[in-house]
Amino acid sequence: MFKSRNRMMSVTVAALTTGLLLSSCGGATTKDAAPTAAPKSCVDTSGDTVKLGFLNSLTGGMAISEKTVSKTLHMAADEINASGGILGKKIVPVQEDGATDWPTFAEKEEKLLTKDCVAATFGGWTSSSRKAVKPVVEKYNGLFFYPVQYEGLESSKNIYYTGATTNQQIIPALDFLKSQGVKTLFLAGSDYVFPRTANAIIKLYAAKLGIKIVGEEYVPLDKADWTTQVAKIVKAKPDFIFNTINGSSNVGFIKAYYDAGLTPKKTPIISVSIAEEEAPAMGHDVSGNYASWNYFESLKTPTNPKFIADWKKYPGSSGVTSDPMEAAYISLYLYKALVEKAGSFDVDKINAAAKASKITFDAPEGMVTLDGENHHIYKPGHIGKINKQNQFDIVWESPEFIKPDPYLKGYDWFPAATRDALVKAAG
Amino acid sequence: MITRLKSSLPLLGIAALALALLVVAPAVLSDLRLNNLAKYCCWAMVAVGIGLTWGRGGMLVMGQGVFFALGAYAMGMHMQLESVGDGGIPTFMILYDPLAPLPAFWEPFRSGVFTIAMIVVAPVVVASILGFAIFKRRVKGAYFAILTQALAVALATLISGTIKYTGGDTGLSGFTSFFGYTLDDPLNRRLIFTITATLLIGCLVVVWQLYRSRFGELLVATRDAEERVRFLGYDPANVKLVAFVVAAVMASIGGAMFVPIAGIMAPKSMDAAASIFFIAGVALGGRAALFGPVLGALAVGYGQSTLSEQWPGTWIYVLGLLFVVVTIALPGGIASLATRGAGVMAGLLVGRRPSHRKAASA
Repeated sequence: MFKSRNRMMSVTVAALTTGLLLSSCGGATTKDAAPTAAPKSCVDTSGDTVKLGFLNSLTGGMAISEKTVSKTLHMAADEINASGGILGKKIVPVQEDGATDWPTFAEKEEKLLTKDCVAATFGGWTSSSRKAVKPVVEKYNGLFFYPVQYEGLESSKNIYYTGATTNQQIIPALDFLKSQGVKTLFLAGSDYVFPRTANAIIKLYAAKLGIKIVGEEYVPLDKADWTTQVAKIVKAKPDFIFNTINGSSNVGFIKAYYDAGLTPKKTPIISVSIAEEEAPAMGHDVSGNYASWNYFESLKTPTNPKFIADWKKYPGSSGVTSDPMEAAYISLYLYKALVEKAGSFDVDKINAAAKASKITFDAPEGMVTLDGENHHIYKPGHIGKINKQNQFDIVWESPEFIKPDPYLKGYDWFPAATRDALVKAAG
Repeated sequence: MITRLKSSLPLLGIAALALALLVVAPAVLSDLRLNNLAKYCCWAMVAVGIGLTWGRGGMLVMGQGVFFALGAYAMGMHMQLESVGDGGIPTFMILYDPLAPLPAFWEPFRSGVFTIAMIVVAPVVVASILGFAIFKRRVKGAYFAILTQALAVALATLISGTIKYTGGDTGLSGFTSFFGYTLDDPLNRRLIFTITATLLIGCLVVVWQLYRSRFGELLVATRDAEERVRFLGYDPANVKLVAFVVAAVMASIGGAMFVPIAGIMAPKSMDAAASIFFIAGVALGGRAALFGPVLGALAVGYGQSTLSEQWPGTWIYVLGLLFVVVTIALPGGIASLATRGAGVMAGLLVGRRPSHRKAASA
């Protein structure tokens, strides 16, 4: 008797909740002609400060790399504040931790845009973190500045990319290899989107250049054992190894490489993820190998010495400068230039200014120019050879600053069907 | 009088939680906080299942990420296909071959009905096969825990290693619509929250009814004296199997709702670390209590969000410290506070001291 009454009550609860559920229906469907407009921006810049959001992983596996980017952003903010701020307003950074967790990146981005009401956000490292942030920043019509070289094939009116896209890092690396008379190449990468995409592009361009790919191996990001894969490299005897391995997995790769008797003299490696900060951490003397970046600490440009000196004395600095942190440094100055050209912190006005005028910044890697159409920047291609001090001797540079081309539209060897499908999918 | 009051307490609790989640929360919270709460509700659904298997059944399931992933990837695949439109293939697949057909196992997920069916059927099938093999062989204790944990690791590795079919480490993202509703619309996000909260309450009602039933008694008996249950003529393997399957379905539903809320699904959200994170909430809240796992999961989620806003970079230590303090000071979790309080209240009402034993075993 007693039981059945409680059953009835639970049925009542269920009915009630269903009713509530149904009553809350009624948002826009995909079939609606005009979807509800983006929520109104709550950014307030009427005072003498402007809030900017810095979003990087300060905890978790990516913290070791991303903390440097975060510190550089703070350094740039301090510099800009010391010289009068942006449009006369001092930057107030709001720091958030992405915690190496992609949904957390999305959550924090939304918090920065809607609760803190920041005028723009900066940071990220992995492609996953960028992909998590992208729908949020587009939904609220915010801005996100992404500072790391990546796999390209993307553009968004709400994201500015200050790292290299593939035609500014991967393609110059192959041009360099061609100039060295390389005939055979082995591809070794971590198993995630950047190496997979980079290698798909490498294979297409190498075919055009007449370089033969003699092998392709992947190991999961968090795995460090490369013994069996390196054994295949030994067997294939390539002229060069193209290394798209990311993070600490490189240490295992380098160890297996030297253990197998390979040397930079006979089988050199060209990397796209080993920079000044990583080279000394390989647990081995890696001198004689190469890396392809846009920025190196050894670059002789007018602004580089001051950048290096400032970074060395910045509290919590890692001591050496590197490409991703330099791109982060650029991103804040680029934002400053955009705002000052637009005369406003309004996102639409900034995007209009990017399209209408030439935005430049005298960066440590050289005078970079923004491409207002695809929101990437012109960058110089450089190949560095690692020396005994774990610095890079510049052995090759692109004839001019390379126009960013995320969809590789200017390269006839890239299949049009793929490009069209990707552009269509991106909307 | 006291029995009557005690037996209607859970129902009152569920009603209070329903009121808080479905009426109060949407009224007072911003879109951002409501979306965060929706995410915690997904974790809470997993937690309710863990409460059933671990708290009542004594089986420490350390790999609920597996079932979370089943639901999440089913939903993710459907939403990805819905977002690219009729005949389209997901962006990440285009690069490898723009003209390739969609992999065969993706194709049925174009159908919303099939997807919803799979969110329930897939965990039932997988958990039944796994559970049957494990429990019939009488694998238990630490061996069982390690086995489930290993499964989560294995599945995460499998997904990471099959980037061409699953999106790998980067996962599935770039969703624009959820069963025809655009995700950009704040009203639709509220709808998704309401569905999630309702499902969570549904899970609680199911578990409450299970606890009240003969099955619930049998499950506790199996936890406390498995051999004796066997001598009495029951097969403990079947009892455990049912709890395991129910928990798997709850984790799967939680995973499925997580996708439209978080906007991205990658192995990181279901791997070994994530699976342990699910358990942390349950332990914090009180694993054997009806409301313990829910409260714990909501508290840990809330703590993670707010602590990390207060102390970016160091919040994880604060959360860890909180966990240690609660585990030492309140072994029954947060819920034991409420139970103690309720016991005292009930005792006061009838002018009698609460039975110590009852409070401890609840």
